[in-house]
Amino acid sequence: MAWQVDALYIYLVLVAAVMTLLIFTAVAIFAVKYRVRPGQKAHQIEGSIVLEIGWSIIPFGVMLTFFVWGAVLFFKERTPPASATEVYVVAKQWMWKIEHMEGQREINELHVPTGQNIKLIMTSQDVIHSFYVPAFRLKQDVLPGRYTTLWFKATQPGTYHLFCAEYCGTSHSGMIGNIVVMEPQQYAQWLSGGPSAPLPEAGKELFSSLGCATCHRFDVQGRGPNLTNVFNKPVLLEDGRTVIADENYVRESILSPTAKIVSGFKPVMPTFQGLVTDEQLNALVAYVKSLAQQPSGAAGAQNQSTASPTGQPKNMQVQ
Amino acid sequence: MADSQATVVETDVQNPELRHHFADMEQQKNAASLGMWLFLVTEIMFFGGMFCAYLVYRTSHFAALAAGSQTLDIKWGAINTAVLIVSSVTVVLAINAIQFGRQKLTVAYLVITVLLGFVFLGIKSIEYTNKFEEHHVPGPGFHFTGTFDDNGKQIPVAENEVQLFFSLYFAMTGMHALHMIIGIGIMSTLAVMTWKGRFSQGYYTPIENAGLYWHLVDIIWIYLFPLLYLISRHT
Amino acid sequence: MASAAIPANSIPVAKTNYLTNGFSLKSWLLTTDHKRIAVLYLISVTLFFFLGGFFAMLIRLELLTPQGDLMQADTYNKVFTMHGMIMVFFFLIPVVPATLGNFLVPLMIGAKDLAFPRINLLSWYLYVIAGGLFLHCMLVGGVDTGWTFYTPFSTAASNTHVIEAGLAVFIAGFSSIFTGLNFIVTVHRMRAPGLTWDRLPLFIWANYATSLIMILGTPVVAITIVLVAVERLFHLGIFDPRLGGDPLLFQHLFWFYSHPAVYIMILPSMGVISELITCFSRKRIFGYKFIALSSVAIAVLGFLVWAHHMFVAGISLYAAMIFSFLTFFIGVPSAIKVFNWTATLYRGAISYTTPMLYAFGFIGLFTIGGLTGLFLATLGIDVHVTDTYFVVAHFHYVMVGGVLMGFLGGMHFWWPKISGRLYPEGWARLSALLVFVGFNLTFFPQFILGYIGMPRRYWQYPGEFQVLNVLSTAGASVLAVGYLLPMIYFLWSLRYGPIASANPWNAAGLEWQTTSPPPTFNFDETPVVTWEAYNYEEIDAHPQEVPVGR
Repeated sequence: MAWQVDALYIYLVLVAAVMTLLIFTAVAIFAVKYRVRPGQKAHQIEGSIVLEIGWSIIPFGVMLTFFVWGAVLFFKERTPPASATEVYVVAKQWMWKIEHMEGQREINELHVPTGQNIKLIMTSQDVIHSFYVPAFRLKQDVLPGRYTTLWFKATQPGTYHLFCAEYCGTSHSGMIGNIVVMEPQQYAQWLSGGPSAPLPEAGKELFSSLGCATCHRFDVQGRGPNLTNVFNKPVLLEDGRTVIADENYVRESILSPTAKIVSGFKPVMPTFQGLVTDEQLNALVAYVKSLAQQPSGAAGAQNQSTASPTGQPKNMQVQ
Repeated sequence: MADSQATVVETDVQNPELRHHFADMEQQKNAASLGMWLFLVTEIMFFGGMFCAYLVYRTSHFAALAAGSQTLDIKWGAINTAVLIVSSVTVVLAINAIQFGRQKLTVAYLVITVLLGFVFLGIKSIEYTNKFEEHHVPGPGFHFTGTFDDNGKQIPVAENEVQLFFSLYFAMTGMHALHMIIGIGIMSTLAVMTWKGRFSQGYYTPIENAGLYWHLVDIIWIYLFPLLYLISRHT
Repeated sequence: MASAAIPANSIPVAKTNYLTNGFSLKSWLLTTDHKRIAVLYLISVTLFFFLGGFFAMLIRLELLTPQGDLMQADTYNKVFTMHGMIMVFFFLIPVVPATLGNFLVPLMIGAKDLAFPRINLLSWYLYVIAGGLFLHCMLVGGVDTGWTFYTPFSTAASNTHVIEAGLAVFIAGFSSIFTGLNFIVTVHRMRAPGLTWDRLPLFIWANYATSLIMILGTPVVAITIVLVAVERLFHLGIFDPRLGGDPLLFQHLFWFYSHPAVYIMILPSMGVISELITCFSRKRIFGYKFIALSSVAIAVLGFLVWAHHMFVAGISLYAAMIFSFLTFFIGVPSAIKVFNWTATLYRGAISYTTPMLYAFGFIGLFTIGGLTGLFLATLGIDVHVTDTYFVVAHFHYVMVGGVLMGFLGGMHFWWPKISGRLYPEGWARLSALLVFVGFNLTFFPQFILGYIGMPRRYWQYPGEFQVLNVLSTAGASVLAVGYLLPMIYFLWSLRYGPIASANPWNAAGLEWQTTSPPPTFNFDETPVVTWEAYNYEEIDAHPQEVPVGR
């Protein structure tokens, strides 16, 4: 996708160069041709509506091409493909902490295979940072308190700069690293060297150790909604709104449970603000996500007071 | 946008209040009024930022802000609203009085306005004291015990979100109170000046413009009251 | 068409003018004369310019090498913050309105002073107090948040004097609001008889539009700074997510002012350019109504585009698209101005005086700066170049290449009116050239730096960025000379420059119909205007005579 950005850039450079040249040339020619000479008088011209409209509409038309091309490109950049491999990123002053789903952790380096869609799910532990990879022509601010995402597909093996692009304090310019793109075989090799447990498993452990399982049960209807097959589906809330249970929703539900109450449930969930780290949150989110990828025969009841264990997979909507 | 050069009124030249750069009193008065209106626009933009923040958080943290809002005492808020409306009436009456040249009556109305302003501030301090005692003042001592639903069961809300309500409450009403204090100062000064004979039927522009300021501070409260106290009340 | 000698039948030099009307400190510090206040502002604004420039020099010196070897990272962070805050709040925002605007607005409309002279003086004192507070803040350790104060860094993580700096900016904001308020009332209520809106000089239209932005936008940044201070002091959590707040709300509130703020900076300079181009082509402006209305259009549209600073900040896809679309709209009125100025040159009688050289420079540099703004408005490109040196280059092109060139052009043009003296034309043209060349050498490489990936606010950087950085620093040294020279020769001219006549340029405009320098009350009698703006045909038809209408 980087070449697409370059193509658009070159188009703009050309148009800008032409425009600049036109103006410079016109000014230069007029300045020389009409310089003051003895006996010469200036020729007064009020204006010309035709010209004014012309040189408003035509440049605006050209600008619209910039807008459309740029917006289309932006839309593609901002819409991760459904099947992307996810990697969690936690930014903090002044380093990038990377967690692969398989449990592999890295600091200031991100190893990825070529030819695969990678989706980064990022948050910050403290202030706003920004994940910037010039070689990919991509950048996304990383905020505390919520997730932002960035996706790409690397095509060329190599090592590329990773910069922090939002001023974040003393070592802002030191918060740099590398994106290491490898051939898929090498990447698999690299990956197998990791000792840690996959992220969803870590999340499952937290789910029970933090007591979530007490209310969010899978066998019978508990005090909290059954979380099977919830991720990325619409959820009906108490106040009538319907929202999609994405990463930010799950994260918010853990930190500010009363912000959005699921329809039919009471606001009894305590908040875990301050009780879980960002890494633990990532693991929990990954776990809830993994519950949506199972065949739902085991899960049975959806988030309704009356259980209907039909065992239908993804097509079953919540409410 | 009328041409600024009006016919010079005979008395204008002798009017000691005419500043040298104005052609006549009418131009001076129009300029002063326009200036005050523009200043009021800046005040609206100033408060607007806080209203915007409040709207954003009302939408995103509805339950918590509603919970906080329910701890405010409507009685005091309503009385304060009435006090301010009456004070705006007394301001209008003061201007009306000076238009007829009745200086003493003007002073009286201005003084009543100031007194009503003090009543407003007094009630505000009662409310603030209550908030302090209930540990609802944001900061290290903040503690919110939650509100109760219709069955008397406690609804848990994230303390830091409710604190947000009180941060905005104190910021908005505090900024408003600061403007009230300034307004009281201005009205008191004008009362003294009127007593000393500075204003008359021929010249009372400062009172008019100060009146505009007072009305704006009143209107801001009329928006603050429902937004902070009244919406999402159950009882 | 400068004339060093005073033609026999022009207006004689007044016996007392606003400069000679009292020499005591008190007569200056308690003045209500808009011209003296303009001079007071000129002195203070220039001081801050050189202080901000000093910090710029430190930045460019540090960036000569990839390593951070001149100063520590924390120091560098403070240096670029100071450079930004000083230049934005204490130089760019007040420079044209508070100096040239204050001086010229009453003169150009035939008034004796601004509507509220005492508020004008208050405005200067607020500026000085704010400046003093800011200097104090610097001396006790400074601030390192960047001029943009982003949260939660500024509210929770920075341990520098954020509140003091914020307070200084807050007070400076009121200085700006009062200036704008004064201008609007003056233009509405104090125009000379016959001076209808469509006869106003475009400099007045420009300052009028600027004043609209000043009074509508500045209060929003004021309250935002108050909220930041309150959050920092009492740990409230309005913008801090750990306490329930939203860091993006800060950005929205901040940029709601700070984007229109850049139009506060550029519009008055554009007004200056209109004055210069007409005078030195001896022509009426091409498309008067369009230029006048485009100023107002820029002021209005400027309030609708703020989130183009936030495309990668975490706003939604659709919000980004809307703001990108709106941003392209604002390119149109700016482009109209450039085209109209160029068209004004057509079939004119053009002289290459220093003010005109600055005007040419402005057109060139503003065109490049404005076009690169379109790059940033284009979403797909912005993702790559935002927060890099591309943005730095863009805004320096419009701020320095635009605002500062316009200011310098205006200073040269109106210097005879302000000081009663002529500046040395040779040195002035040399400086203009140095500024133009130095400027491009300094900032053009930064476009490339940005596109190849160098982020902004970097104290140290990977070695491959060094060559372009060195070029940029070299250019900056040329630019610095270009700025120092006018300081020197303007001061020199106060004593040794030839005495100026009332209208050395034979320019149109009421300010030229009184002495140089003007008397304290501007005009002996209020002029009555019966002619259109820029009536150069009439003026040039009667050369060397007493100007028309007097």
